[in-house]
Amino acid sequence: MSLLNAIVSPGFFTSGPVLTAAVVGGGAAIVSGLVGVFTVIRGQSFAGHSLADVSSAGGSVSFLLGINPLLGFLGVAVLAAGAMELAGLRRAQERDLVTGIVLGAGLGLTALFLYFDMSTQSTTGAAISVMFGSMFAIPASLIPLSLGVGAGAVLITGVIYRPLLLSSLHPDLAAVRGVPVRLVGLLHLLVLSLAVTLSAMTIGAILSTALLIGPAATALRLARRPGHAILLAMLIGLGATWGGILLAYDSYDWTSGHSWPVSFFIVTIIFLAYLLSGLPTLRSRA
Amino acid sequence: MLEAARPGTAEALTVDRLSLSFPGHAVLREVTFSLAQGAFCGLIGSNGSGKTTLLRTILGFQPPQSGEVRIGGLAGPRGRSSIGYVPQKIILDTDMPLRARDLVALGLDGNRLGLPFPSRARARRVDEMLQAVDALAFADQRVGNLSGGQQQRVLIAHALIRRPRLLLLDEPLANLDVRAVADIVTLLRRVAVEDNITVLVSAHDMNPLLSSMDRIVYLANGRAASGTTEEVVRTEVLSALYGHHIDVIRVHGRVLVIAAGAADEIPIAVERHPAHVAEIP
Repeated sequence: MSLLNAIVSPGFFTSGPVLTAAVVGGGAAIVSGLVGVFTVIRGQSFAGHSLADVSSAGGSVSFLLGINPLLGFLGVAVLAAGAMELAGLRRAQERDLVTGIVLGAGLGLTALFLYFDMSTQSTTGAAISVMFGSMFAIPASLIPLSLGVGAGAVLITGVIYRPLLLSSLHPDLAAVRGVPVRLVGLLHLLVLSLAVTLSAMTIGAILSTALLIGPAATALRLARRPGHAILLAMLIGLGATWGGILLAYDSYDWTSGHSWPVSFFIVTIIFLAYLLSGLPTLRSRA
Repeated sequence: MLEAARPGTAEALTVDRLSLSFPGHAVLREVTFSLAQGAFCGLIGSNGSGKTTLLRTILGFQPPQSGEVRIGGLAGPRGRSSIGYVPQKIILDTDMPLRARDLVALGLDGNRLGLPFPSRARARRVDEMLQAVDALAFADQRVGNLSGGQQQRVLIAHALIRRPRLLLLDEPLANLDVRAVADIVTLLRRVAVEDNITVLVSAHDMNPLLSSMDRIVYLANGRAASGTTEEVVRTEVLSALYGHHIDVIRVHGRVLVIAAGAADEIPIAVERHPAHVAEIP
């Protein structure tokens, strides 16, 4: 028991904030694994990162107005996804340029709103929460909405799974089979904004890319089939999230009473998993 | 290899006075030809002659300004539903989590909604198709790890698994080694003859197709000439098509198409593909 106590500090499983973090974070990890695999094979990693950064404007506004931060992140992410699709840029270089410019503008708004947050409410925590997440501060009341958003993302991706896979492979292969390639792309962008919103809520807007891209990129190195890649990405994300929560909770005991941020541990585990997957012995199997 | 395509008296493909221009230049000018069911045909022309645009117009990706395309006598989406297609320069990333057999299965039901549920009938159909293109040996490898010729085989299986009436391939022989080129041509010829599927292959070099083509559609300056190779690949016909004098030279069973004259009238085939000259035995 003493060994178990050393790994899992007393009170871990009975702590309300820990359970809320595990549920909301776990949901975010599962959705990110699913959506991340498609995002990586479609070459939209930068778009995913930008959606997250831009959504931080919504997160910071919600602190200011006192509304549910999930709704703030979500509203802005979906708007930005729609704008990216409307721009309808075909050339990758042009797309990256516009994405980068919109991303800059979004972060500028975030800076303004966070300034208002601090000056009107003297809450210095808002900036850290929005950008880097504060998982143990997630209110339990957020669980139903976040699970609903996650279920929506999984459902949409499940419905368009095959057309999305085919059009990710080559848009013409999908178009010749009568797949509405643009609509499928738009739906994926919508799902991407849902996934990004969930992970922005947990590990923060800036770090959400890590949860979206890291497990997916690792899984793509190891799996040979799309379904396996998705399951593996979900498991890596889930392992990193729950492992990160555990380590952060434990870090209260190692440090002099200040636990380190959960986001740090999650991102570090994801990074290590990616490095490990590059080992030749693992890669050669795929 | 497959069940014979449905019999029909209608031509497999009819292209009727098809015209299309992009701002500043006409890409296709009243292109007209038709192909019989089960014919093996080459769509030949130098780079930029409009081959890809013509294929994309047949596929319905690019609306023409005038003219019509009919497939099996049907215009519009109903006709197009019986096309199989292998696009140009498809890049299958090595990290793409897709085995050869997954790519072929996507040809069967990649347009359907919902998750794919494995069924024995589906797996058998995919196996038959892989067998038909000699791809069973590497069916479980990632598509990104296959050679160019192996990838073409898998893409052809993907395009054929729904038993189309017409198979279009955009430059399937580009970037393949000599051996793979010969293998793919043999495979496509077999598809046309044994399965009664009309196969239209675009290529900037007609030589690998020369001995097996039933018909040739030659594109230059947006205009097309079609017929048998003997009818089309002649000095008079190609000179009329290009609008200036062209020499057609036959050497050791190969054909060279060369624009004669001043240095600014650069040879069409030779200029862009100097390797063709070097290849002459």
